Amino acid sequence: MSDHTERSEGREHHAKGGPRVSDGHPATGEHGSDRPADTRPKDNRAWILVLPVVASVAFTAVIPLMTVVNFSVQDVFSPTDRIFVGLEWYRSVVRDAEVRAAFLRTLMFSVQVLLVEIPLGVAIAVAMPRRGRAVSSALVVVALPLLIPWNVVGTIWQIFARADIGLGGWTVNHVLGVDFNYTLDAHDAWTTVLLMDVWHWTPLVALLAYAGLRSIPEPYYQAAQIDSASSWTVFRHIQLPRLRGVLTIAILLRFMDSFMIYTEPFVVTGGGPGNATSFLSILLSKVAVGQFDLGPAGAFSLLYFLFVQVVCFVFFVVLTRTGR
Amino acid sequence: MVDIHLDGVGHSYDGGRTWALRPMTRTLHAARAYALLGPSGCGKTTLLNIISGLLTPTVGRIWFGDREVTRVPTAARNIAQVFQFPVLYEGMSVYDNLAFPLRNRGWPKAEIDRRVRAVSHLLGLDSHLHRRSRRLDPGRQQIVSLGRGLVRSDVAAVLLDEPLTVVDPALRWTLRSTLKEIHRDTGHTLVYVTHDQTEALTFADEVMVLQDGDVVQSGEPTELFLSPAHEFVGHFIGSPGMNMIPADLVDGVVRVGDTPVGRAADTDGALPSGPVRIGVRPEFVRISAVPTAPGLPARVTAVDRMGAYHLVHAEIDGRRLSAKVDTGSRYAPGALEYFHFVPDRAFLFRDAIRCGTIAAQDGAERA
Repeated sequence: MSDHTERSEGREHHAKGGPRVSDGHPATGEHGSDRPADTRPKDNRAWILVLPVVASVAFTAVIPLMTVVNFSVQDVFSPTDRIFVGLEWYRSVVRDAEVRAAFLRTLMFSVQVLLVEIPLGVAIAVAMPRRGRAVSSALVVVALPLLIPWNVVGTIWQIFARADIGLGGWTVNHVLGVDFNYTLDAHDAWTTVLLMDVWHWTPLVALLAYAGLRSIPEPYYQAAQIDSASSWTVFRHIQLPRLRGVLTIAILLRFMDSFMIYTEPFVVTGGGPGNATSFLSILLSKVAVGQFDLGPAGAFSLLYFLFVQVVCFVFFVVLTRTGR
Repeated sequence: MVDIHLDGVGHSYDGGRTWALRPMTRTLHAARAYALLGPSGCGKTTLLNIISGLLTPTVGRIWFGDREVTRVPTAARNIAQVFQFPVLYEGMSVYDNLAFPLRNRGWPKAEIDRRVRAVSHLLGLDSHLHRRSRRLDPGRQQIVSLGRGLVRSDVAAVLLDEPLTVVDPALRWTLRSTLKEIHRDTGHTLVYVTHDQTEALTFADEVMVLQDGDVVQSGEPTELFLSPAHEFVGHFIGSPGMNMIPADLVDGVVRVGDTPVGRAADTDGALPSGPVRIGVRPEFVRISAVPTAPGLPARVTAVDRMGAYHLVHAEIDGRRLSAKVDTGSRYAPGALEYFHFVPDRAFLFRDAIRCGTIAAQDGAERA
């Protein structure tokens, strides 16, 4: 926080210094340390200019969210028959064993996704060519998975990983001799979904990291050569510090996305076998759309939303503060 | 400590269509301080990067003593280089930054500590040693970069690419003399790239002036000032630069319009008659109150009071001529004065290259 206040103070100082300089005469000398009076025009009609933003935020975020809040505190029997139940649904969602299991499962999935995708993405970015004709072809190849729609990715992997006709599944079973079947085995299903996410989203991390690497001026690498730095040292002391910003964004994006993953596991495994890949979002849609339990679903959504918000905030604060 | 020998070294960035650095052969002697002086884009930095090995020359070979290093990578050349803008390992403390090149080379710990402390003392970084380098202001960051270039005592040469550009002017003077001191103490070969003549002239034992990828003159600072071998050197060094006046050489006599100003001397062989340009520094233009021969009548257009001297501007046939005169003198714009040149300090140029000097005219008579 200290950094924040420091910066805004600086800006304020600058703004006040501005008119003084543009006056063109050292007026402050006569008044000692007195600041010149603020003569900038004040007009509250300027608030009208903010209205479009207020309106669009209301329609896109506040009103839908309040609808959910409204459902989450009532028990709805029919459109005309509803009872206010307070925080009852919240309590039941938190106590629900199935929700708790799905929560831990989703959290575990996100952690694994981050552990694989961040280092792998950075490694790919470092290995990508820095100049020459190879740059554009490398970018296209890396970005390709990002261009495929979620449910198509799911379909591709559903077929690819099948033990009988899928290229991947068949190879693992018949060439490597490992018994692999994601429709029957919980571990295999988990691995398939994880690999699919890695395949789909590591390119995003790689592209962000590559953009970060491109911003490092050439003399840094030249200085490292002159100082006889090894390539590990170059990575550790030149590249990694400069990737801090983009990696913060990459981690946030990948955490949010993987914690809310829905389409791909829904297409590939449908949450199974058993509950092996039924993540929070899959469970939520079952409650909300399948069973049409609007009260519990509303409470569930809000808790889900709150958790993602809090984790992202903590991530962001920790990552932007450390090492300053 | 070895001599650096460039043997026909040239570089082209576009496959030989144009030269960023024209092929040149010359030797940089051990333990001397060199300045590469020239405007942006003249090839200074290219030459520096070729010496440090960041760039492989298109043609020619480089020798460090009797070892050929043309294709030897930078790390194996044992060169230190400081860049125009601060290049730091931002996560490290100032101490670690300075120690970094030594640690990478496996120096013993005690020795590293001794060198780091010596360099930080010289550069006034003592009180900052344990601060994170990215928290320093840019000027001080540059000093740390400079320190990293100076910390190794065994380098073949220290190459400095306009290292004081970002440093605040007051500190620049101090640092320049610190650099000179360090150079005297360590006996490193220093190559200092700059576009600032004062920096080059005060710093270097030998200044190489570059223009369009060519070294047009190389010599001691006083030599460049007193005896420029190329029009560009005359323009670029000195403040203001050299006066250039179109003239004609007729049978050994130099004339401006119809006025003879002196006799051509020091020419290589017989200089054929024809158009030449007279180059004379404002320091060596005299103004006489009475018409004396040989004297060039010119109308004064302006007088600048520069503090230590006055700068008199005049015009001859649309050509400008300036003279530095004592502050006590009084010349009024519009007056016609007689200008003449100090013998042996006015030179003749043809095709931008010096081809002779103007000696006093014996038996001076006006035509």
